[in-house]
This record gives sequence, C-alpha cells and structure tokens, in this order.
Amino acid sequence: MYVLSAIVCLTLLGSALGLLLGIAAKCLKVESSPIVDELESLLPGSQCGQCGFPGCRPAAEALVEGKAPATICPPGGSALAEQIAALLGLDLDLSSVKEPELLVARVSEDTCTGCTRCFKVCPTDAIVGAPKQIHAVVADACIACKKCIEVCPTECLQMHPIDVTLRNWRWTKPVNVFEESKTDNVIC
Amino acid sequence: MSNASTIATSLWSSAGLFNQVVGFFSKPVIRGGIHAEGHKALTSFQNINYDFPLPKKLYIPLQQHVGKPAEPVIRVGDKVLKGQLLAYSQGMISAPVHAPSSGIILDVNDYPAPHPSALPIRMIVLETDGKDEWLKIIPIDDPFLLTPEDISLRVGAAGIVGLGGATFPTAVKLNMGRENQIDTLIINGSECEPYLSCDDRLMQERAEQIIDGVRLMLHGMESDHAVVAIEDNKPQAYLAMQLAATAYPDINVIQIPTRYPMGWDRQMIRFVTGKEVPVGCRSSEIGVTIHNIGTAHAVHKAIRFGQPLVSRVITVSGGAVRRPMNLEVPLGTLISELFEFCEVSTAQTARIVMGGPMMGDSLPHTGLPTVKATSGLLALTQHELKSSDVQPCIRCAGCVSVCPAGLRPLDMANNIRVNQLDAAVDLGLKDCISCGCCSYICPSNIPLVQYFKYASGEVIARQQAQHKSEQTKRLMDDRNARMERIAKQQEEDEKARIAAKAERERLKAEQAAQAEQESLA
Repeated sequence: MYVLSAIVCLTLLGSALGLLLGIAAKCLKVESSPIVDELESLLPGSQCGQCGFPGCRPAAEALVEGKAPATICPPGGSALAEQIAALLGLDLDLSSVKEPELLVARVSEDTCTGCTRCFKVCPTDAIVGAPKQIHAVVADACIACKKCIEVCPTECLQMHPIDVTLRNWRWTKPVNVFEESKTDNVIC
Repeated sequence: MSNASTIATSLWSSAGLFNQVVGFFSKPVIRGGIHAEGHKALTSFQNINYDFPLPKKLYIPLQQHVGKPAEPVIRVGDKVLKGQLLAYSQGMISAPVHAPSSGIILDVNDYPAPHPSALPIRMIVLETDGKDEWLKIIPIDDPFLLTPEDISLRVGAAGIVGLGGATFPTAVKLNMGRENQIDTLIINGSECEPYLSCDDRLMQERAEQIIDGVRLMLHGMESDHAVVAIEDNKPQAYLAMQLAATAYPDINVIQIPTRYPMGWDRQMIRFVTGKEVPVGCRSSEIGVTIHNIGTAHAVHKAIRFGQPLVSRVITVSGGAVRRPMNLEVPLGTLISELFEFCEVSTAQTARIVMGGPMMGDSLPHTGLPTVKATSGLLALTQHELKSSDVQPCIRCAGCVSVCPAGLRPLDMANNIRVNQLDAAVDLGLKDCISCGCCSYICPSNIPLVQYFKYASGEVIARQQAQHKSEQTKRLMDDRNARMERIAKQQEEDEKARIAAKAERERLKAEQAAQAEQESLA
C-alpha cells in the first residue's frame, strides 16, 4: 500500500514539475545569453574591429566561448580587461596589455575644403560643419575611430595626442626597479 | 590604619589594572603615525622676517584654491592698488584674488604653475610700483555686531582659503558649519610636517590676533566652543596662545602629542573630541569643523581691517639654505627671488619642495610663484632625501602599523604594481590621504605612497573614460535613431512621389479619355 501511494505521489509530482518546466521553457524563453549581453554592454560598442572580430557582439560571444582572452579589446585597455575577467572569472595577466594612447582628431583649417564627407561618417557626430565651411571637431565627443581620416580628400584631418593640462595631468607609475633588475640577474 | 591603607592600595591598583584592561581593548586614540626628525629648530627661534624687498613682478594664479578658477575683472595696462580685486570668484566653491601690491597689470596669460608638472595655468602679472599703496578701506567698529552671514560674506570676499594647505574656501566652510550647527571648532596648530615653523612663529608673535580670529569664526558659525590644539613640541606657542585666550573661557588651548600626521583633520578630531568621522562624511556632519591657525589670523585681518588675503608667512628651510627663516611675502613672489634672499645654494639643492617634506610637492624649477597654499619652501640636499634604492618587501608590516587611515599599504601597492586597481580600491585606496608615512617607514625604500598617488589618478582617469564611453554610446544611439528616421522619411517621400506620379498619370489618362470621348461626340 505504502509503495503504491509513494509511486503515485512521485509520478504525480514528476509530471507536475515536468509540466511546469515545459511551460517555463516556453514562456520564459531567453532569446540570447545574458552574459553575452552584459559583456557587450561593457565593450566600447564602436564596432572598430581591432580585436579581429567583426564587431563588439561577436567579440563578446567569443569571450563567453573561451575563444578570446580577457585582454581582447585594445581600446578598452586594462580597465576593461579587469572588468571582463571579473565577470567571467578568468585569471588575468595584465603585463602584456598596452594602455590605449589617447588621441583626438583635429581639422587643419588651412586645407579643409568643407566637403562634408567627414561628418557624414562620424559615428558620434563629433564633427560639425556645413558645405564649403571649415569643419571642426568636438574633442569631448571624438572617440578616435579614424573613420574621418579615411574619407578626407585633402588629408586635413589628423590624429593628435590629447594635450596634457593641469586638469588631466596624472602621476606616473613608479618604475619597478626590483623586478627589472631581477630579470637581468640570473642568480636571483 | 595599615589595613585601611592596604585596602586602599589594592583598590587603587585594581582600578589601575581595570583601566589598563579597558585601555587594551579600546581603540587607540591616535592611529598610526610616525616620529619624523623635526628639523624645526633651523627656523623656529627667529622672529618672522619682514625685510623681504618687494619684488618687481608678481605672478598671481587665478586658481589658488579648490573649486573653480577666479575670473579676471582687470585689463592689461590697468593701475591697481594693494588689496584691489583682480579676479572675482565664480560658482559656489571658489575664491577671489586680490592685488598683493600696487602697480600696473602687465599681462593675463598662461605661465608655469607651482605644481610638480609646472604646466601652464592662467596668471595675472603685476608690475609693482614700489609704493605698496593700500586701497582705501573703511574699518568696522565692532565686528560682533555683524550678522554671522555677513562675516561669511566678508571672509569670502577677502579671498580667504584654508591656509594649512587644503585651500578650501573658508567662507563655504563657515556656512556649512552654521547650517550643521557645529558644537566644536577646532583650530589646528599642530604643524606636524617637519621643517615648517611658520604657524609656530605666527602663534608666538600674533597670538592675540589669532584668538580674535577664532572668536570671529565662532561668531560666523554661531558656535560657542573652540579648541586650539598645539603639538607639544611648540611650548612657547602654547604659552603665548594660552595667555591670549585666558580672557575667553569658551576658547580652550590644549597640547597634543607630537606625531605626524597629527594635523590630519580626522586624526585631530578623533584625538580632541573622541569622535570618528565616518568614511565619505564631512567633519561638519558630526558637529566639528577644523580650521588652521593661519586661516584664523587671515580672518582677523579681513574682518577687523578689511584687508584681503594678499600675503602670508612662509618657512624657507632645508639643508641647502644658508639663511633659513620665516618671512612674510606677498602672494605671487617667485620662488627664485625668495631663494636668493635666503641664500640658497643651487649646487647643493637636490630637490625643491613646496609645502612640507612629507606631503609637499617637488617642483622642477624655481621660476614659479608662491600661492595661498605655500606654507613652506624647502631646498633639500641629497643627504636629506630618502634613499631610492628599492629592495624587495620583507613583510615587516611597518607600513600597516603607521598608516593613520588603517589601510594595508603593502597589499595595495602589490595590486597596483600589476595594474589591478579595482582590487586596490577594494582595499581602501580612496581612503588613502597620501601622508607618506608608509614610504617613510619602509626599510626597503618601496615607493608606496607614489604608487597610491599614481593609482588615485588612474582611477579618476578610468572613471572619466567610463563616463565618456557611456556618452559615446548615447551619441551613437542618437545618431542611429536619426539615420533611421531620415531613411524612413526618404522612403515615405519616395512613396508619396510615386503615388503622386501615378495620380498625375491617371488624371492625364482620364483627361485624354475625356478629350477622346468629346472628339468622338
């Protein structure tokens, strides 16, 4: 008798839960992997292709599949690599990461013909201008994607490093004398 | 009798034991800190020197304070008098700048700033006429009849900022004190940095003026209790201040132990009031405000005589200085002129430091002006500098025991060395005050505080980069939305055009058909 009731109970329980799971799989279906979405939101989103993938989303997918290292994104630098590693629980070796050099596009007013090609390709609307008027770059909005440089017919757009002022001046990292000498000294 | 005394003794000793036990388990009153060699005797026994000749040119930066830079109100070629407003404060947190002497404005342009990078900053160049003629000032009879708000306004208009080195506008601090109903005003006379003795001399020579400034500050904050805390390595200053304060029972002059960084506001508040300022809070939120001795003196001058902050007492000291001294100089004096007056040997100078040796900034050259924050100028010899021969960490934990903020400097530095800044932030990087105790105590000469300064800057840079990437995403979304809208619009226009064309053709056909019918008819 006990055996029968147990069998009935467990069968009912199993089928009920199975039904619930079936409904959940239908109703609460996840369209895409949330971790990929999260990674994509971390990545710069400028689809620059410097990682070797066609865009930020494919790069995020590769990261999730373990086909790419956490240091995949050159514009993101070590800050982004650290965030990715924390999210995916990866070991991180930041020694090979180069900090991205901060650049900004600048229009040379002598050679700009006002052809309007550059601001049509600018992904962040950082270039302002009108036909046959000298164009100008809004430095705060420029992301140094270099798309404008490719289309400029007179080479008047050039990338320049950002000027160091008292506002953005920072202390440099102390030189690690000990580790450098260690590599020289074989006995150590 | 003997019995009674035995009982008394045993009671006393048990009470002593009790206190010891309690003392063992309660938090120490002073956390961390170091006993650095003072080097104060070089300058602390001489009177403040007033013989410094008026410089031919003064370079007055428009930003000598925390907050927004001041905006000039003068033009090149204008003649100005001493104390005249040169640039007004803009924004909530800012301070105006006044003419340190009379003369003609030569230029308003970018000149090297007194900063480790010596990058340019906007300055007013004033050519002095040698008369040092004050602007006509109407003194007030009784400043205690002024409203507290008026005191703040006058202090703000006089361009007074915290002269201990933080250069936070004093008027803003007075207003915050009034809003938060401060119960204790602490006057910081610790001057814990080695070499510096300008506050010490100021207290010895102008104790009454400082006490008057303290009373005016109390009035401005509608508070009634002040504590003047002076380190016990300045007994003369303590006696002078105590004498000056005897008439005012609400001003309490106390001695505090000599230990760097005693002058850190949180350390001092903890020692004087027993209260701990919570992380991320201002001291005024727990009912305490702290001001420097020099600031109190400047408040006295501003309220009693209407004189804005145009000069300050500076300690010029160090091994390479032949005539070390404290001297009062107009703001904007070039360091080179001060060093010439004090006979600094350039050959012996290994490092020029503005401020104290622990927290001051090392300057690349002497062609930079003194500012409101300049408490000292040091020309140090190679012998006085800490060795830069870096050795591996021996895990002595010296840095942990001296850290006044209760951090683990060695762990933080290890994380920063491998660029793991988030881990360093988790360990409390943002609570580091860059006091330099850890670097000072490190037997392996590891540049700990230098790592923290680098990392703090880098964390800010990263935050800015994060902010920019968010902004970039927004801009790109906006652009994409616009492109879509335009494409849709074009499509609709095209459709409308096709529809209109079809309509035209239909009409044409109709007309043609009608004409045909008519012709048939």
